Amino acid sequence: MITLEWLYVLTGLVFSAWALLSLRDRTNPKRWGNAAFWGLLAGSFFFGSHISDLANGILVLVLVALAGTGQLGRSHPATTNGTERTALAARLGNRLFVPALVIPLTAVAGTLVYTYTPLGESGLFEARRETLILLGLGVLLALALAMLWMRAPLLAPLEEGRRLMDSIGWAAILPQMLAALGAVFALAGVGSIVGDLAGTVLPRGSLFLAVLVYCTGMLLFTVIMGNAFAAFPVMAAAIGIPVLVEDYGGNVALIGAVGMLAGFCGTLLTPMAANFNIVPAVLLDLRSQYGVIRAQVGTALPLFACNVLLIYFLAFP
Amino acid sequence: MTYWPLIGIALVVVGFVARLNPLMVVAVSAIVTGLLGGLEFVPVLEALGKAFNDNRYISVTWIILPVIGLLERYGLQERARTLIGQVRGATMGRLLVLYLGFRQITAALGMKDIGGHPQTVRPLIAPMAEAAAERAHGTLSLTEREKVRALAAATDNIGLFFGEDIFFAIASILLIQGVFEAQGYPLAPLQLSVWAIPSAVCAFLLHGARLLAHDRRLARLPVAEPESAA
Repeated sequence: MITLEWLYVLTGLVFSAWALLSLRDRTNPKRWGNAAFWGLLAGSFFFGSHISDLANGILVLVLVALAGTGQLGRSHPATTNGTERTALAARLGNRLFVPALVIPLTAVAGTLVYTYTPLGESGLFEARRETLILLGLGVLLALALAMLWMRAPLLAPLEEGRRLMDSIGWAAILPQMLAALGAVFALAGVGSIVGDLAGTVLPRGSLFLAVLVYCTGMLLFTVIMGNAFAAFPVMAAAIGIPVLVEDYGGNVALIGAVGMLAGFCGTLLTPMAANFNIVPAVLLDLRSQYGVIRAQVGTALPLFACNVLLIYFLAFP
Repeated sequence: MTYWPLIGIALVVVGFVARLNPLMVVAVSAIVTGLLGGLEFVPVLEALGKAFNDNRYISVTWIILPVIGLLERYGLQERARTLIGQVRGATMGRLLVLYLGFRQITAALGMKDIGGHPQTVRPLIAPMAEAAAERAHGTLSLTEREKVRALAAATDNIGLFFGEDIFFAIASILLIQGVFEAQGYPLAPLQLSVWAIPSAVCAFLLHGARLLAHDRRLARLPVAEPESAA
């Protein structure tokens, strides 16, 4: 059976290649920092499941120390320039899109075939991880295809990958760190405290205000945690179920579904949702890391209002 | 009930506002929150390490970068620009509205990995949107080009968020179902996913209208002098 561990080994290999290439890159004044950071991440992917929780925790602290003290630099491996790219694009034409599309197609078509045919019973892939594993296979397939077509130098994909990875830098592991923060918050009981507070500020006797507090709680808690998943159990238990469903007799499914989507409006507004808001700003070379959030405010706020009104007008008989 | 662990949340907010290194902010907040929640230092560090390790799958997607980087080396972004340049009537707004609909529909069918910032926005959608904007308007200033790119990234997020919940086998629907079931309200995932449709329609109309309004705004802008992307 192909498990997530296989994918972790593959990822570890890619990160260790980036670490080694960083090490021999004398043009990057911070090459030691880059090599250490990507090398430690490679170690995390290779050995994370086999070392103790404490060792993993120390690894996290070292990664944070490297990033927090500015040890990572941006490297500039040799690549093609704008003129060369325009010429290559004209020569290769629309075939260039094929490898890029192979990856999502492998993931999607593969998942569909695997789920809806007897293949799923073969137990070839770890349960519930098939899409991610197929995404990894898609990457290998696309890479093989591109290399055969373009006859690129062997190290080119790794160097080009390193060029992109270094431009993202420490932000690459921020989503993973935020997920870990969520777990520690849960352990410390932050969720139940917030739910308790939301319950105390709730005014009695006004349905509209109750809906507004429920949705605003989802929005604000999502902004703080970067994830509506952390907010939902708290707000549902504090207001959604006891007040909206039990006191006012609201439609359970609607209150659940639209409440979650009110939280998603918060995801559009917060740097804590790093993989959606900060990483793309870096990927797209925006000068401000808040550029994507700024572009989303104009949609997120009216959409939040829509969700409040949807619950208020549709959920109660 | 003690409110002390909330200081961890305050630390996150203060750290982001003060523009300290976010990794550092998150790590400090986690440790402080754990300590205020009554745990010892070592168990907090263990919890942090375990959670970081359990969530490695989030960072696996970076293995896509060698392919995207290689294709960029051979002119993928330039090709994407040329392709859009050839489509008559293509504007930034229309292109992104089309992508918004595509992203919402595929996500609603459970294909949430078909888009994404490293996979589609950086290599394809953002350069196409920029090309369409410049085709309709002429050279744009760096600030305006960055706005177009940011809107392309925003379109991907909004399409994904307000499409995926229509798919009944998605994590958020299962979470809602689980929370309600634990409180004595059993629901079928499909009952929940149909109620994601009105918000999805609102999201399409609101964001679509903003994208088309941006087309009109671009049309009113004076043409900028060509400049290098400094």
